[in-house]
Parts: sequence; structure tokens; C-alpha cells
Amino acid sequence: MTTEPIRVEGDFPVYFRYTVGVAGEKFFREIMENGRLVASRCSSCNLNYLPPRIYCERCMSRLEEYVPVENEGTVEAFTITHQDAEGNPLQEPVGVALVRFPGAYGGLVHRTIDVLAIGDRVRAVFKDKKERTGSILDIKFFEKIS
Amino acid sequence: MSKHLQKPPGVPLREEDFEAQRVLSVMYRPKMRYSWATGVAIGRFLKGLREGKIIGTQCTHCRRIVVPPRVFCEWCFRPVNDWVDLPDTGIINTFSVSYISTDTTRLKTPIIPAVIEIDGTTHAGFLHVIGEAKPETLKIGTRVKAVWAESTKRRGSITDIRYFKPAEWKP
Amino acid sequence: MQIKKRVAVVGAGMTKFMRRAQETGKELAFEAVRQALDSCNMRIEDIQSVALGSAPDAFDGVHMKGEYLLDGAGAWGKPYSRSFVGGGTGVFSLIHGWWHVASGLFDTCLVVAEEKMSSCLPHPQTAFLTIFDNMIERPLGPNLIWIFALEMQRYMQTYKIPKEQIAQVAVKNKRNALDHPSAQIAQKVTLQDVLNSEVMAYPVQRLDISPVSDGACAIVLASEDVARKITDSPVWIDGVGWNLDTTYWTNRDLYFPRYVANAARMAYAMAGVRNPRKEIDFAEPYDPFDYKELHHMEGLLLCRKGEAPKLTAEGVTERDGKLPVCPSGGLLGVGNPIAAAGLMKICELFWQLRGEAGKRQIPGDPRTAVAQAWGDLMQIGTVVVMRG
Repeated sequence: MTTEPIRVEGDFPVYFRYTVGVAGEKFFREIMENGRLVASRCSSCNLNYLPPRIYCERCMSRLEEYVPVENEGTVEAFTITHQDAEGNPLQEPVGVALVRFPGAYGGLVHRTIDVLAIGDRVRAVFKDKKERTGSILDIKFFEKIS
Repeated sequence: MSKHLQKPPGVPLREEDFEAQRVLSVMYRPKMRYSWATGVAIGRFLKGLREGKIIGTQCTHCRRIVVPPRVFCEWCFRPVNDWVDLPDTGIINTFSVSYISTDTTRLKTPIIPAVIEIDGTTHAGFLHVIGEAKPETLKIGTRVKAVWAESTKRRGSITDIRYFKPAEWKP
Repeated sequence: MQIKKRVAVVGAGMTKFMRRAQETGKELAFEAVRQALDSCNMRIEDIQSVALGSAPDAFDGVHMKGEYLLDGAGAWGKPYSRSFVGGGTGVFSLIHGWWHVASGLFDTCLVVAEEKMSSCLPHPQTAFLTIFDNMIERPLGPNLIWIFALEMQRYMQTYKIPKEQIAQVAVKNKRNALDHPSAQIAQKVTLQDVLNSEVMAYPVQRLDISPVSDGACAIVLASEDVARKITDSPVWIDGVGWNLDTTYWTNRDLYFPRYVANAARMAYAMAGVRNPRKEIDFAEPYDPFDYKELHHMEGLLLCRKGEAPKLTAEGVTERDGKLPVCPSGGLLGVGNPIAAAGLMKICELFWQLRGEAGKRQIPGDPRTAVAQAWGDLMQIGTVVVMRG
């Protein structure tokens, strides 16, 4: 009788289809149709949520007002990644930034084509309208504003 | 409730709404694969199956012989180290006739899952399938015997037993 | 056992139960919370703690569902925790919230239960594959329905119960649900419809099964002195109980859920209920399948073992019967978003005991009721006794 432990292999054969939700419909359709960002506004707390939500997390009011947000923002944090989601090395490293936008509570994490520093001004570069599908990838990347 | 909740919130969608792209959605296909260490008890159970044997354990305090084996008794929480070779016969404790497969598609030929109470245990058993049987002839209490895969094909898996089939009781 | 404060339910709210909701899980949670707060004119600032229940992260495909749902559940910046005990979660989340207030630690607690199963493909049932032992059961290619079929078969054969008596539960509950505004598939089905429906895994047929759902419910709990300031008719949580068996389900006799009985005894003892058959005015046991209502009625000690089918056949469990069971329409009629389903039953107790159940209202003046949920590998019984 061998003493090596037997291992049992298995998988978990599920995949997912996430609805973007009520607020998500507004956010992604604005990106798809108009190439612009929107936030949802809580006037009691004076907060503009980006990405938008249908509720204010502070006062739990229902939010129905959407306000435009400029496509240009400021880099709050920046990194360069060299590995993919499974830890394999990337052919080309990818820049990733957390971008804050004036007047908005929240921000976006996205790819960058430049090496950035905290405080740099950046702008979202969108795909051509006919290529947009209502996805966060309708924004191709953020580029530095010189 | 009638005051507050006559019109409960919620926007129901139909499958067609996705197909027609009336709603936006995001797909994600994770790759989730596992390699589980069997542990002491199941490791030994599976090795037993590879050798064509069913192995259980006995808690001498609770006077219980159980299969699948375990290294502690979940009743009295004492460690267990008495291993017992069990016969490969038993009775059907419960069974079903299933027309749905593991990936939720419909089967033409049903699978017959059953809990087999193994002879020599204290009403203990495990899940398996019945073969070489007409579903209408099966009952709770029907005697069954294991049909094993050929010894060269056994790998240390529950499928080393191909299925249980109804068998005559031989005293 | 020392309970510091008596706890009351003072508000309740829920969403529709739907096969696929547009709302994200967070949005569903928010909608239920908003309804619950509005029902008792409270603000989120009045809520001191939040207890959430939701089923495996695998349904939604998000990481750490509790944390994900937090902001929609009103828990931003508050003490917050999530519980999960499979299908038992709905009633257990109420017990989890009850701890917060009964211990004296908080005066108010918001309990939220949410489920968005529709994100999981090819079918939410696939997420349940891991319910089977990864090593000695999954290689057999099982389907979740097997579990129910095997338990149902054992229960039926132990007492020689004709399928008609079991199918009657589906007829009753789906009809009861016609009066529930949140119901997903309330409909008039006949006994013949159920008996003629497609065999999934004998003896389980299609109409024996509750539907897959998205939905959320929320409950507001308050300690005694605070409760009386919020509402004139608080509904008291007088007894709680929870009990689990092991995953060695093939070593048990499945004809009787002893873990439900253990949980029920714990709850009845706390509530001072000595004779449940006489003292319980109506019950909401967990009914993901029709036979489960019967199985659980016996587990809740509301009748003798094997007697539940006869009571159903005699009409005792109809809304105008001596012991109404699932007046809401249950999971079979309203829907089964795993965690939220149990909390829906708590909502029903709340509304019935206050005379607010509208067309579903049980006649007479029901005072004492029991709700129960059950889950996973036939492991957990969670029981709550409430009095209005």
C-alpha cells in the first residue's frame, strides 16, 4: 500500500452575468451615447456619487438626480502592474490610476498610457461612439494633460 | 402591510431583455479549479476502494460503526482509530429516479441515486447510484451489492464502485 | 440564560420577488431597507447596528457579499456583520439581529436579507453543486434536486403518504400567494396540474419546487422601551432557537428533521410555549418544496410524526383552518431568494400579528406564531416564536 496522499481534483463550473443595475444603466448609457460621465446627487448630504448609486450611503435617501462630471480629473494614486490576474508576467506592463474628479465623491480606477505622478491632471479618452457598448472599457485609458 | 407595501419595488426582467440588449450586463467567467487533499480518513477510504474494499471506522464509546470513515466521532468528539473492513453489500435506505443531469439538462435514461446502508454498520451509508435495475422494482429495503470496476482501472475514487445492483440475500 | 432586554419587531419591508431583477444586490437591499424604515417612520441615523444575511457569494459572483452589500444595507460606518446558514439564513438573520438588542448592547438593529441568484449561470442550481461532498459525492455527477428527492422518498415511504396529500401543499401555497403583492409565481394550480407536472427526480415533480428568485427583505428591531415609542403595536420576539446536524447526511434517517425539533424546543422553552399544538395560532415553516412544509410542521412539533399530510388533506392548514400554515403563500407561491425567503416569513408574522396582512389576514385574533427556516445539507433548523 502506497502512502502518498490521494488528491481529488474538481472545479466549480459557474459563470456570471451581472446586471449593471438601475444606477448603472444611467452611468453606462451616458458613456455609451454621450461619451461623458455622470454622478448621482444627494442634496441633503451635498454629495455627488461617482460611480452613481440610487441611494445615499449616509442618509439612505433615494437619489434620482444625475449631474454631469468632467472627463478630466486628478491622479490620487498610481501604479504599474507587471502581472496578470493569475500571476503570470505581462508582455507589456500596464499603468493603473485612481482618478478623482472635481465635485464628485468617489472616483474611477482605470488604465493609463503614461507613467504618472500623484497630482497629475488626466483626461478620459473614449472609444469612437460606434465601438462603445456601455462598458467601462468604452473608456480606452486616461492620458496625461500636459 | 397593506398600507405600506401595495406596490413592492423591483424591476423584473425577462431573458429576452438580455438577448435584445435592452439591459446592460457584464459577463465574467472565472476559472476555479481545485486540488483537494483527502485527509486521513477519506484518504484511507479511497485507498480501500482502489483495493476493492469498503472501509469504515468504529467509535467504541458510542458503539457506532460508520462509513464514510472519520478520525473523530462527531457525537462524543473523541478521536477514532479503529478501522473496520465492511462487506460490499447493503440495503437501499432511500432512492430517486433522476431525469436531470448535473448540468441541469434533461436525461433520456434516468440516473438512480440512492443512499446505500452498508451491512455491518450502525445504519450508516453513503451516496451512490443503482444500476442493472428497473426503477419500478426498487424499494426502500431492497438488498444491493456493489459492482466494482476492474482492478486495473480503479484509481482510488468513489467511482471504483461502478454502481450497486439488486442482489439476492445469502445468509 | 439571561436576556437583558425584550426585543420587538417594529417595522418591515420587502421588494418583489422576481426571477431576474434589474437591480443589483446593493439596490435590492436598499429598496427593502427603505420600505422597512418608511414603515415605522425611522431614519437610518436611528439604526445603531445592522445584521445582514445572504447566501453563498457564488450566486452573485462577488467577493465577500456581506461587505459588498454593506452600503445598500444602510450599514455605512455602523457595527455590521453577516451571517449565512444556507436556507436557514432568513430566520437566522433575525436571531443574529436579536442578539444585538437582547444583549443590551444596542437599542435598535436593522436586519436585512438579500439574494440575487439570477447572476449565476448556467443556472443558479449549479452553484449548489458544492453542497455535495467534493471527494466522494461530486464524482457521481449529482444534481441538487437529488437531495430533496431522497429526503422526500424516505419521508413518503416511512408513512406511506400518497403524493396527492403532498401536492396539496403546492396548491394551497400558490393560491395563498395570489394575495401577496411581492409574489413571483402565484397562480391557481389544481392538484392534477401538480401531479401531471414533469418528473425532475422522482418523486419530485416540477410544481413541487419553489422558483429561483431575486429579492430582499428588511426588519427593524428595537428594545422594549424604544419599541413603545416607535409604534403602538410592537411584535415581540419571545423565543429563538437554532440547531444543526452534521454533513454526514447519509448516516441519518431523513424521515424526521431532529435539528428542527431541537431548535423548536429551544425557542418554545424561551417563549414559555408548553403545548405548541394548542398555543401556536399559525405557522410559517420553510417550504422550498411542498413536502418540506409537512416535514417541518412535524419538526416544529405542531402535530404528531406522520400526521401533517392528514391535517393538510382535512383543510386544517388553510387560512381559515384551525392551524393556518404558510398564509403568505410561502416559498412555493411568493418565491425563493434563498436568504430573503426566511425573512419574508418573519415579515408575514409581523403583518399578521398586527392585523395588517390585507387579503391574507387570518381570521380571529392570532396572537402567537412560529416561523422556521431550514438549510443546506439538511443541516439547520432556525426557529422564532413571535407574539403580537
